[in-house]
Amino acid sequence: MRTRRQLAALAAALACGLGQAGGAPAAQPPERAPLVTVEDPWVRGTVEGQTGSGAYMRLTSREDAQLVGASSPVAERVEIHEMHTVKDMMTMRRIERLALPAHTPVALDHDYHVMFIGLKHQLVVGESVPMTLHLLDARGRPESVQLRAPVRPLATPVHPAVLPGTAPAAGHGATGTPHG
Amino acid sequence: MDEAPRPRADLPWRLALLVALIALACAVVLSGLPARLLARPAAVAFHGRDITAENWNPAFALADVEGKPRSLEQFRGRIVLLAFGYTHCPDVCPTTLAKFAQARRLLGADADRVQGVFVTIDPERDTAELLRAYVPAFDPTFIALRGTEEQTDAVTKAFRANYQIIQYKGDTLVDHTASTYIVDAQGRARVVTPYDQTAAELADDLRAILKSG
Repeated sequence: MRTRRQLAALAAALACGLGQAGGAPAAQPPERAPLVTVEDPWVRGTVEGQTGSGAYMRLTSREDAQLVGASSPVAERVEIHEMHTVKDMMTMRRIERLALPAHTPVALDHDYHVMFIGLKHQLVVGESVPMTLHLLDARGRPESVQLRAPVRPLATPVHPAVLPGTAPAAGHGATGTPHG
Repeated sequence: MDEAPRPRADLPWRLALLVALIALACAVVLSGLPARLLARPAAVAFHGRDITAENWNPAFALADVEGKPRSLEQFRGRIVLLAFGYTHCPDVCPTTLAKFAQARRLLGADADRVQGVFVTIDPERDTAELLRAYVPAFDPTFIALRGTEEQTDAVTKAFRANYQIIQYKGDTLVDHTASTYIVDAQGRARVVTPYDQTAAELADDLRAILKSG
C-alpha cells in the first residue's frame, strides 16, 4: 500500500534527522581527530627575573607532519630548538621545522625542546601554561593543536643523567659526537 | 787439614758499596723526592676523565652574589664541583645543577665536604640578584659567581673550557662547555665530568677523591 511506503519513508527520514541531531561521536569522520597527540607536556619553572625557559613533551602524529612553530601568551616568542655539541660546546639553535613521522613518538626532551623567549612573568609550580603548536599536515596544510602544560620545579632534570643508576640514553651528543 | 780462614778479599769492596748505598739513600731522602712522590694522589679509577696528571692550575677571581671577592683558594679543605652556565639556558644548566644536587645527596654525611659552584658565562644578563634566586633553587649550599668579561675569560681558560656569546635572531645565546670539573680539597684539578654522566657516577668519583685524599 502506498500509505505504508510513505510511512516507512517518513520514518527513515526522521531516523536520519534524529541521528544527525544527536551528533553521536562515533559518526565523526576520522580527519577531525587531532593531527598530533601530545603526551606528558611540562614547562620548567623559573625564578623572578629569568627571561627564558623550556617546554618538553612527546608528540605522535597520525600522519607524516611537521612541527613548524609554537606560541604562548606567557612569552614574547616561542621557538623550536635543537641541541648539539660543536667543539666540546653545547649549542642550541632555532629550527624551522621538526619532522613528525606518522605514528612515531618524537620526544622533545633534550635534543629538541620548545624554547620560551621573553617571559612575561615568572612561571610558578601550580600554573598551567597555555600553548599552541603550529603544524603542517601530510599535505602541507597548516593545523594547530592547543594544549596546557603544567609548570614543574626549576630543578627538574630533563635528561636521565640525574636519576640514580639510570644509564644515559644514546645519542644525546654530549661527548663531542657530531649531531644530526 | 783445616785451612785458617782467610780474610775475605772482597770485604773492603762490600763495605764501600754499603757506605755508598747509605750515602745515596740519604741524598735521595734529603732531595725530597720521596716526599713529592708520596704527596701525589694515589691513582684512582674515575668514571670521568682523570686530569690529575695534566697539572692544571685551576684558579678564579670572581665575585659572589653579595659582591664579595672569591678565589678558589678560599675553598681549600673542601672539594669544589664547578659548572659553567647561564640562567637563560633552558635545559643543560638546570640539569647539571640538579645532577650536582643529587650527587651531594648521594654522599650522605660527606655532602658537607663538597661545595657546588656555578660560574655564569653570561654576566651581563645574570645579575647578582637573579643568581641569588636561581642557584639556591637547586641546593641551598651552592654558590653562584660572576665577573667581568676579562675575569670570565680567565676562569674559563683556567679550566680549559669554552664559551661563545651569539646574537641569534634577536636573542642572546651562549654556547658553552657542558662538562663540569672536580677540584679536590688541596686545590688540584682532578676530574672532568662529561655532561651525560649520571649523578651516581659523579657521586662515585667524589667518594673516590674523598677517600684518596
